[in-house]
Amino acid sequence: MYSFNWIKQNLFSSWLNSIVSIVLIYFLASIIPPLLDWFIFEATFVADDRTGCTTDGACWAVVGARFYQFMYGFYPTEEVWRVNLVYTMLPFGIAPLLWDKIPFRKQFLFFSMAYPFLVFFLLYGGPGLSSVASNKWGGLLVTLFLGLGGILIAFPLSIFLALGRRSKMPAILTLCIVFIEFIRGVPLITLLFFGNIMLPLFLPEGINLDTIIRALVAVTIFQAAYGAEVIRGGLQAMPKGQYEAAQALGLSYWQMNYKIILPQALKITIPALVNTAIGLFKDTSLVLLIGLLDLLGIGRAALADTKWMALHVEVYVFIAGIFFIFCFGFSRYSLYLERKLNTDNNGENK
Amino acid sequence: MNQDSIIYFENVSKWFGDFQVLKGINLEVNKGEKIVVCGPSGSGKSTMIRCINRLEEHQEGKIIVDGTELTGNVKNIDTVRREVGMVFQQFNLFPHLSILDNCTLAPIWVRKMPKADATELAMQYLKRVQIEDQVHKFPNQLSGGQQQRAAIARALCMQPRLMLFDEPTSALDPEMIKEVLDVMIGLAQDGMTMLVVTHEMGFAKEVADRIVFMDEGQIVEAKAPKEFFENPDSERTKLFLSQIL
Repeated sequence: MYSFNWIKQNLFSSWLNSIVSIVLIYFLASIIPPLLDWFIFEATFVADDRTGCTTDGACWAVVGARFYQFMYGFYPTEEVWRVNLVYTMLPFGIAPLLWDKIPFRKQFLFFSMAYPFLVFFLLYGGPGLSSVASNKWGGLLVTLFLGLGGILIAFPLSIFLALGRRSKMPAILTLCIVFIEFIRGVPLITLLFFGNIMLPLFLPEGINLDTIIRALVAVTIFQAAYGAEVIRGGLQAMPKGQYEAAQALGLSYWQMNYKIILPQALKITIPALVNTAIGLFKDTSLVLLIGLLDLLGIGRAALADTKWMALHVEVYVFIAGIFFIFCFGFSRYSLYLERKLNTDNNGENK
Repeated sequence: MNQDSIIYFENVSKWFGDFQVLKGINLEVNKGEKIVVCGPSGSGKSTMIRCINRLEEHQEGKIIVDGTELTGNVKNIDTVRREVGMVFQQFNLFPHLSILDNCTLAPIWVRKMPKADATELAMQYLKRVQIEDQVHKFPNQLSGGQQQRAAIARALCMQPRLMLFDEPTSALDPEMIKEVLDVMIGLAQDGMTMLVVTHEMGFAKEVADRIVFMDEGQIVEAKAPKEFFENPDSERTKLFLSQIL
């Protein structure tokens, strides 16, 4: 019997292994059933307020009652189709950037380029659409807007900063070093405050950037500086011979970087880049402190409601679950990329 | 400087910090000539040929390659690099690209050749170096000898007017040296202008029009192979020959 052999070989191959296996099995057997009870079997999914949660398990009713806010914040209900449209189009906007073998990729790439503008138009409003100020946005909408927006806009900036920091032109070099070191030298929350309070002072009169845009600027430059250092590490790992071969063939500086150096340098920095991206995605929660209600902010607002008070565990587990889904997705994608780009001897390329 | 001259060095000097690697090099190479450069390690031979496509910058003197003087002028450097092919000791193939893409990259991006034409051209050269059945593999899936032959094909795809070889067989296992040298001999027989830094004296005897012997940043002597091996002028050359032959 195959499965019996598998168990014997992997779980009970020696006395020590057997003991460890038994202890672990006992441990799992004692925590999984109560957890399942709490999560599902004894949980209450529908109730009007917390007094309606009479069972011993989780009171998921709070999530149901506040689901709209978790997804959209205080976006007007009659305009919420705009947010839904933004959510629905997101996979189509992002997929062509992530996979190179999807059908009609070229056409979809145009859509990807238009997507950010569509997002602005749909969320803010404009000709034909009523305007919705960003203080009405909230929940997942704010988290995704800042998290994904910051990561995607910062990526090209990171590349230019990293290249600039290796430039032989003193002006560019100094500028990049000062920028990177300054941004990396302060906590994100400082940048958020700076963006929120100080940025308007530097802008010409009449230009009033929305709070969320100021937050996006802060998050983006923060991520750009971190990403730049990661990418610079990758650039430094490139053998000198790759530069020389590219130069000897007559490739220009930009051709050399675009076709030869960056594809290899970015490949080896994927794990570290994804690491900083995940970090940033979660750090967007700090916008709570400048008055934006992201997922966590909405969660805290829900907990402040007398109807749902003291349901901390349920609310935070739900928020953690959403963050986990996105971050785990990033991490799986990076593994997929690493495998795909592996061209070594043992690589299973193509 | 005569009319057939394709490389012209006049009193070229170069320093790495305080250390002078090239001390007033004078050398003229004619179209179609095959030059083998040899000498002990640290004698400046690699540095000298790397000055020809400006991978190294000379600080004094004058270098003219195929009518273009190498100065700080980026345009001139690009012009020269388009016409000069180079093969490196460590192959320096691009590991993220297939062998075919390694070869078509520069023709497409530098020469602005249509992809189909570049592919046809690359296949022609890859056939010539006898790896046409490996073209869709990645460099790390090939043996050292195959990689070096691919690197030669890659350089040839730019249809250069001269080829530089910087110790092309030094990183190879002994049994793979011949397959690379055979490709180079074939190239020489077709009339390519070649500058080869190598310790392969058999190759030098068979192919070279002149052997340039360098020591301590200077050209000690430059002679036809027969003269060079049988009748060297300087004691330094005699010592070198006694050590390697």
